[in-house]
Amino acid sequence: MVEILFYIFAAVAVGGAFRVVFQRNPVGSLLFMVATLASLAGIFVLFEAHFLAAIQIIVYAGAIMVLFLFVIMLLNLGHDYRKDLQFGLGMILAFAVTGGIAGILVRQLGGAGTSAVEQALPGPEAMDQLIQEQGIIGSIARPLFTDYVVAFELTGILLLVALVGAIAIAKRRV
Amino acid sequence: MEIRPGLVTDIREERYGMQELSPTAFLISSSIKVFLVFSVSLAVVAYMTLLERRVSGFIQDRLGPNRVGPFGLLQPVADGIKNILKEETMPATANRRFFILAPMLSIILAVVLIAVVPFAAPLPTPWGVVDMVVADIPIGILFILAFSSLGVYGMFLAGWASNNKYAFLGALRSSSQMVSYEVALGLSLIPVFMLAGNVTLTEIVWQQQLLGFWFLFPLSLAFILFVISGFAETNRLPFDLPEAESELVTGYHTEYSAMKFSMFFIAEYSHILVVSALMATLFLGGWSVPFWSGDHMFWFDGQLISGFTAAGAPIAAEPAVWKTLLTLLSFSLKTFFFILVFVWVRWTLPRFRYDQVMHLGWKVMLPVSLAYVMLVAATILVLDQMAIEGFMFGAVLTAVSGVATGAFVFVLDRDRIMSGAAVGPEGVSELREPLPSRTGTLPADAPNPLISR
Repeated sequence: MVEILFYIFAAVAVGGAFRVVFQRNPVGSLLFMVATLASLAGIFVLFEAHFLAAIQIIVYAGAIMVLFLFVIMLLNLGHDYRKDLQFGLGMILAFAVTGGIAGILVRQLGGAGTSAVEQALPGPEAMDQLIQEQGIIGSIARPLFTDYVVAFELTGILLLVALVGAIAIAKRRV
Repeated sequence: MEIRPGLVTDIREERYGMQELSPTAFLISSSIKVFLVFSVSLAVVAYMTLLERRVSGFIQDRLGPNRVGPFGLLQPVADGIKNILKEETMPATANRRFFILAPMLSIILAVVLIAVVPFAAPLPTPWGVVDMVVADIPIGILFILAFSSLGVYGMFLAGWASNNKYAFLGALRSSSQMVSYEVALGLSLIPVFMLAGNVTLTEIVWQQQLLGFWFLFPLSLAFILFVISGFAETNRLPFDLPEAESELVTGYHTEYSAMKFSMFFIAEYSHILVVSALMATLFLGGWSVPFWSGDHMFWFDGQLISGFTAAGAPIAAEPAVWKTLLTLLSFSLKTFFFILVFVWVRWTLPRFRYDQVMHLGWKVMLPVSLAYVMLVAATILVLDQMAIEGFMFGAVLTAVSGVATGAFVFVLDRDRIMSGAAVGPEGVSELREPLPSRTGTLPADAPNPLISR
């Protein structure tokens, strides 16, 4: 049962991710993005990471994607305008950056059981003990606000920068 | 705060041998519950429309719909038939796919919310004790927050896909309003989590039973903040700007007709139902009957217990059919009361202006709820350090929260934040911006010709 559900969610997630890229309508892309995020949340639930699933939906699908929607509306991108697609240097740069990120991800995550990320993770027993001691929320919150607090704050600044940029672009267009 | 003692094994297990359900029984009972809860909540939603129209009639000194059936009781049926038989219109310039998708999203995301709300004490059956909640999931209320935050998409898509200025404005308003008040809603729930120590609704009910206080009293300010943001989240007056008839026709569902329109309405009313049920569960003890310990029931370590002895040993609960029915009645009455409040407020308060809604959300609700979280946390910490428990714990917290609530109401009234840019005859606050007019701004002490206080 769990396996069947996993494959359904995985198929929706991967298919949705492809549709995000291939949709011509930005609003359609956005909805497929939400579908992808929701199926990821479903996979988290299958792994009994309920809290992570809820946060995934609340933060990404419920808040960040709504802000994306606002940006699309404010910039009036909600139509199938071909001319909004820019070819040229930007596209080459985009491919280069995406390829680089994909390379890093494959290097770090590739190879079951031997990848760098998997090596760094505590084993299942240690994980169980951690959850027993600190609870499911504590075991996420403690590292986030102690060991990774700088990265956490930097992510916040990144969002702020994006927000300022969105306002600047929207003001220029109007 | 540690109300629950550690793991205890001794319990009269032989007496209630089959306490938990077998997987098959669980599957069958869950299917029955899904079917029953879904159909009952939809029927309640249908009759809420009648209730709203009859109570509105009463408040406005008229009769309301009373022609179809006795007391107009068949009116929802007539409305339903009408909506199914009416012509479905589709604007020529609408985005067809999203136009159809929007009402579906709205209604599905609204009706699944009721699944996590416990509505009665566990029911004993020959196959084991059945929880009276469709899904007692460990994330409890976070599930509701997650799905109601997705509800924005239904409205937004409706407004955008209609390709209509009024619908689009309504959609913009509704999503900005919902995003703004979600923050205050979430923050107003944090004191409840701190006091209950968990986010599952069954445990929140249980902790209220153990404490002997409805959370309404120890967390009075959280209750007020939750009610305000609940009204904003459901887009009800005084926060019904997304569908302000006088300015936007009907907002995001202007272009919708027949059953699609009806689906938005069902979504709105099931939101009201869920928020009322949540107010009852989080702050009024849920299904528990006040001043009676016979209904204390909670799953602890695989056993249904009613409490703990002084030594910390669990006492087995005695579920009974009549207890389930009585607690169901208790829950229904509490929920019904809040539904009535929703209708009552509709005819009591006028609609806010858009800037007032945003001002209240970001500059009042957010800081107040943040400060209140800190206050409750500090109080609980001090009480824990002094090892105060039970009745005194609740009483002290009630007193602290009472002071905070009093201050909140006092400040709101003094600065007249609610009245926005209105210039009062006393010309009190410098915080407010003066009312702009064609001849420049009014002097602060001039009587306002537009708003009479």
